[in-house]
Amino acid sequence: MNKARTNPFNNIAMHGALILYTLIALFPVFVILINSFKTRKAIFREPLALPDADTFSMIGYQTVLKQGDFFLYFQNSLIVTVASLFFVLLFGAMAAFALAEYRFKGNTLMGLYLALGIMIPIRIGTVAILEMMVASGLVNTLWALILVYTAQGLPLAVFILCEFMRQVSDDLKNAARVDGLSEYAIFFQLVLPLVRPAMATVAVFNMIPIWNDLWFPLILAPAEEVKTLTLGSQVFIGQFVTDWNAVLSALSMAILPVLVLYVIFSRQLIRGLTSGAVK
Amino acid sequence: MQRARIRWHIPVFLAPAVLVYTTIMIFPLFNTLRLALYSKVDQERIYVGLDNFRTLFFDPFWSEQFWNALGNNFWFFIVHMLVQNPIGVALAAILSHPRLRFAALYRSAIFIPTILSFVIVGFAWKLILSPIWGIAPSMLDFVGLKSLFAPWLGKEEYALTTLALISVWQFVGIPMMLIYAALLSIPDEILEAGEVDGITGLSAFWKIKLPLILPSIGIISILTFVGNFNAFDLVYAAQGALAGPDFSTDILGTFMYRTFFGFQLQLGDPHMGSAIASGMFAIILIGVCIYLFGIQTRMRRYQM
Repeated sequence: MNKARTNPFNNIAMHGALILYTLIALFPVFVILINSFKTRKAIFREPLALPDADTFSMIGYQTVLKQGDFFLYFQNSLIVTVASLFFVLLFGAMAAFALAEYRFKGNTLMGLYLALGIMIPIRIGTVAILEMMVASGLVNTLWALILVYTAQGLPLAVFILCEFMRQVSDDLKNAARVDGLSEYAIFFQLVLPLVRPAMATVAVFNMIPIWNDLWFPLILAPAEEVKTLTLGSQVFIGQFVTDWNAVLSALSMAILPVLVLYVIFSRQLIRGLTSGAVK
Repeated sequence: MQRARIRWHIPVFLAPAVLVYTTIMIFPLFNTLRLALYSKVDQERIYVGLDNFRTLFFDPFWSEQFWNALGNNFWFFIVHMLVQNPIGVALAAILSHPRLRFAALYRSAIFIPTILSFVIVGFAWKLILSPIWGIAPSMLDFVGLKSLFAPWLGKEEYALTTLALISVWQFVGIPMMLIYAALLSIPDEILEAGEVDGITGLSAFWKIKLPLILPSIGIISILTFVGNFNAFDLVYAAQGALAGPDFSTDILGTFMYRTFFGFQLQLGDPHMGSAIASGMFAIILIGVCIYLFGIQTRMRRYQM
């Protein structure tokens, strides 16, 4: 690919195609965001115009904040996501360490057993999960969601972390053993810090599906006080279908936290996706 | 460690993950398959063998809904394979061009829809395509195609395809990223050797790069398959549990939800729900097996 071969026409065509697709990708988000700050009249008269002094209005946001308990929903989503990630990472790393570090009978079998869940979606078992949660009284608690998401995230986490833990040098661990460190200390003080980049990748992979899930909150925790942001906005929008200001504002409020997270973690996410961690 | 003592730390390390995974995922999975063999008669759970499946496949009321949902689900999948994956590959091919500027910027922007929830995506597109708001018709008017506009989500013949395309819009980022990674991992020597033989540009893509990224395309296909056959959220968010108009957007996920949870006047039936879930499990299992034994083993992996 030397200079002579990249002709300017090709270059323009490539940028043209990418710009066109970028516009397609961003247009709906953009339209929702700008219209959430406009008066009802302006939303309908000039849907593509930016809000200006005349058309600017926060009425939608006022309705949302008055009618919907969005801070509670947000808090619930945050608790569920953070707690699930914590357990996925802790339990996943422990299991991955056992599989990567020690030779024992059934090691390969255990690895295969844990890997089953990568391809089989946990939703298939929903009927029995609900029954179990009802029987144990966990239904309509955040714990139900945390447990389900932990189970859902573990297979891929073990798989990815295992690959990385195999690369940690044996000499290092053996030196620590000679120094009298216990296996637990080796794991927590030596190996965990070394696989931190892989843990971040796993966390970012799991974060988005957990935050965005509608199925399990709908089935396991539909009560008002445990609604997640995704379910909360779904229900809210369903009730306020005709109040366009409120719907657009609710959508924007659901978009913003994810967008902020994405801006913070996008490099991590894209590095994880492109590093071949999932191959 | 040479002495035959039990190394307690191994079970301690494994236990939490295995326990949670087994009780919350594997056990309910098999329990659901088992529940499909029962039925509730007079408040009692009784074993009925394969009766539920007989009802599902042959009872006119149920079988019509089941085949409708299954057929719709296959169409949903086909649209993804025909639209999402080619666009993803094309975008990745352009992005991986070595002298392209702003590649990272394009990449991050195109990935944004993928991080949004189905609820946001479903409602946002519903508003944009809504004839009341008029964004879609006025944009079509702008390019002189206003006559093409129809309330796509409200028409039986277009609604499913429209939803599938919305889902494609949302998920194009994933094939794009995975293919992009695969393209970057092709060593320069191979491409240079091709150049010496006069294979450049598009023909280099078709003759050299595409064969090398086939394994990644295989992985994307199976991910798409699994994702599509347990899809639910987008249809539910955009069209509701009834998957309207007139069940034309009903897929297995929404069908299972309605059956299992009940809607309007129909009571929920966990046993029929389990039967549908077992059907989904079988379909996904068949898909994964076809991939693992039929496709993956035959695909040549090039040493790179």
